[in-house]
Amino acid sequence: MLSTLYAVLFYVATILLVTGLAVKIRQYARTPAPLKIPTTPAPTTRSGVFWRMFREVVFFESLFKSNKWIWLFGYMFHGAMLLVLLRHLRYFTQPVWWWVELIQPFGIYASFAMALGLLGLWARRFLVERIRYISNPSDHLMLALLLGIVLSGMNMKFLTPTDIISVKVFFLGLLRFQINELPDTPALLVHLGLVATLMIIFPISKLLHAPGVFFSPTRNQVDNPREKRHLAPWAAELEK
Amino acid sequence: MAPLDDSAKKKPAEMMDVRGPDGDPLEIPKFACEAMRESEPYPAYPEHNLKLGFPGELIDNWQEVAIAKIGELAKKNRAFQVYLDACVKCGACTDKCHYFLGSGDPKNMPVARQDLLRSVYRRYYTFAGKYFPWLVGARDLTKEVLDEWYAYYHQCSQCRRCSVFCPYGIDTAEISMAAREIMDSIGLGQKYCNEIIGKVKDVGNNLGLQEKALAATLEGLEEDIEDDTGVSVRIPLDEKGADILLVTPSADFFAEPHIEGLIGYAKVFHQAGVSWTLSSYASEAANFGLFIGSYENMRDVSLRIRKAAEDLGVKRIIFGECGHAWRVAYSFLNTLAGPFDFLDQNYPIPQHILEFTWNEIQKGTLKLDKSRNDHIRLTYHDSCNVARASRMGDKPGGQFEIPRNVLKAVCNHYYDMDRDTIMESTVCCGGGGGLLTDEIMDLRVKGAGPRMKALKQVTDDFGVTHMAAICAICKTQFSKVMPKYGYGMDSILSVHQLVSNAIILDGQEDGEDAAPQGDAAAAEANQ
Repeated sequence: MLSTLYAVLFYVATILLVTGLAVKIRQYARTPAPLKIPTTPAPTTRSGVFWRMFREVVFFESLFKSNKWIWLFGYMFHGAMLLVLLRHLRYFTQPVWWWVELIQPFGIYASFAMALGLLGLWARRFLVERIRYISNPSDHLMLALLLGIVLSGMNMKFLTPTDIISVKVFFLGLLRFQINELPDTPALLVHLGLVATLMIIFPISKLLHAPGVFFSPTRNQVDNPREKRHLAPWAAELEK
Repeated sequence: MAPLDDSAKKKPAEMMDVRGPDGDPLEIPKFACEAMRESEPYPAYPEHNLKLGFPGELIDNWQEVAIAKIGELAKKNRAFQVYLDACVKCGACTDKCHYFLGSGDPKNMPVARQDLLRSVYRRYYTFAGKYFPWLVGARDLTKEVLDEWYAYYHQCSQCRRCSVFCPYGIDTAEISMAAREIMDSIGLGQKYCNEIIGKVKDVGNNLGLQEKALAATLEGLEEDIEDDTGVSVRIPLDEKGADILLVTPSADFFAEPHIEGLIGYAKVFHQAGVSWTLSSYASEAANFGLFIGSYENMRDVSLRIRKAAEDLGVKRIIFGECGHAWRVAYSFLNTLAGPFDFLDQNYPIPQHILEFTWNEIQKGTLKLDKSRNDHIRLTYHDSCNVARASRMGDKPGGQFEIPRNVLKAVCNHYYDMDRDTIMESTVCCGGGGGLLTDEIMDLRVKGAGPRMKALKQVTDDFGVTHMAAICAICKTQFSKVMPKYGYGMDSILSVHQLVSNAIILDGQEDGEDAAPQGDAAAAEANQ
């Protein structure tokens, strides 16, 4: 019963995540940018823009320029999350890829950095007047959700282990449309429930910053308006 | 609002205190909630709105139309759509706006300014906002919200400083332009911008300066140059067959220190030996269509420049010193009024006057005597839209280097201000983006605070006496607000004013008889 419930939950969450993101990405990709608005100085070539986006996405360059504390906590959280996510690939692959094996120990301890980063970001929402002012309940809840995922995961890893083999059998089964037995360890159920929640709200929340950054005209446009005429389809209509 | 004291010419030592020009220019102020809520520019009269294709006054079903307009703009402009969605409220931008730094009003923090509109977008266009508005701070579009929009979207100079520091590049200028377009679409326009765009459509420039008056002004300037230098330098108007069309802000025809810049361009063209002309039909570089976010109005104004270039049969277009104008010219002109295949493709289209002057300096065609500016210890204010929304020359950052190269070529004493307040991090003058109107002088003075503190630092450290700028708005704004901070109104200079001072025309005597002009003249102007 519980296994079926979680199986359905993860199928629904996956469908909502994938289609929701696809709809938003399609919307961003299809919406024209009528004018050239890169924040200058900006690269004058496509490869230059590639590097600008690379630095933005991999190093959070603009955030670093802006505020070292937000950068520190934000980078700590995101970097650690990447390691943790990659480590989790071991529950969806058989045999486990060699490089996933390689990062396994780092991925485990990254959870501490992830929690620390989240706590730092959350503390700023209370302690810094400016950030307290702009925070909505959803901003706090998002951090609570992520922290809940991290802490429940750490609980399983370090305090009350679940039957991880069965968990892996359950998820490998889902990939083949079979529903196998899921252990009923409370920490596991909380962990998976929160993860599914995160997947569901991803495309309808501020987590859209993840695809959004790639479509930001101030960052992804080439600075060449004098050399190359830029014209949106709806603007071209005005010329008829 | 304190009355303006334009005659104030106090030395830095006797500075008056507004927020106090001393201290860290980027110091974060204490919150002063709603401190700027009452700062509102005059609304446009019906005739101003109607001329631009907007309803004359607030329409009955304004709420419905405004909400629909949000959806329309999100479909037409990717930046608007992505920026409404992507903000995570990280707070990186919260201390980056000069109006927040100057006023302490939290609604002048870029993210808070965006949220005034984002909260309404969420209410009507997102799942969370429709069903759980309290959770995500979504709000109904009420009259109170609209009034708040009018106040605070006219406290953004669209300078883009926040966009430099946002991890997603969110540009509050895009949001405030959209907000103004939404307000225009329901009949709530701003008088200053809309009246001016109407004048450009009727007459050809922001001032409403008619062709005859313009011609007389230019003749007067030619006489002034001849009196000063003994050399006849022409400032041609509507001359068919000239090689270069110069499009410059109309403030260059009458205001100080702008007019000294125009004299500088004329001298440079004269020495370079090129044929050039101004146009009475396109006698305005500034394009206020940008400020109200109206593509159509921006296009109408830009097409005047194209028509003037075609009618006069010129080969090149050069723009004078004007910040937002250079953004529209450099970044948008090709889009709005291109393609310019009838112009000489060997030159940038359009070109900035500083690109031209720097080329001439490098070629050695200008004879310059730097010592003629020795009475000036200079710094340079990077105008926001030149710095963050355009380029000069071939390389990124040319917009910072070329003006400094020119200044250093004509001036012996040059000092940059705090690195965090110049170049891409430059703080706005406080009067850009359609805010250069006297009923919001309090806002303008507060917005200039960070720049004034940065200036005070170089005054203390290096004895800097003057600041140069390449934007008509910056120049007018500073000549009005600098007296509030203890600087003379003539402490702000045009870049080409300094070029004009240093240049020695062929046939001009090198002696002291041709003393640098500008300071005396500057003191009289800007009523």
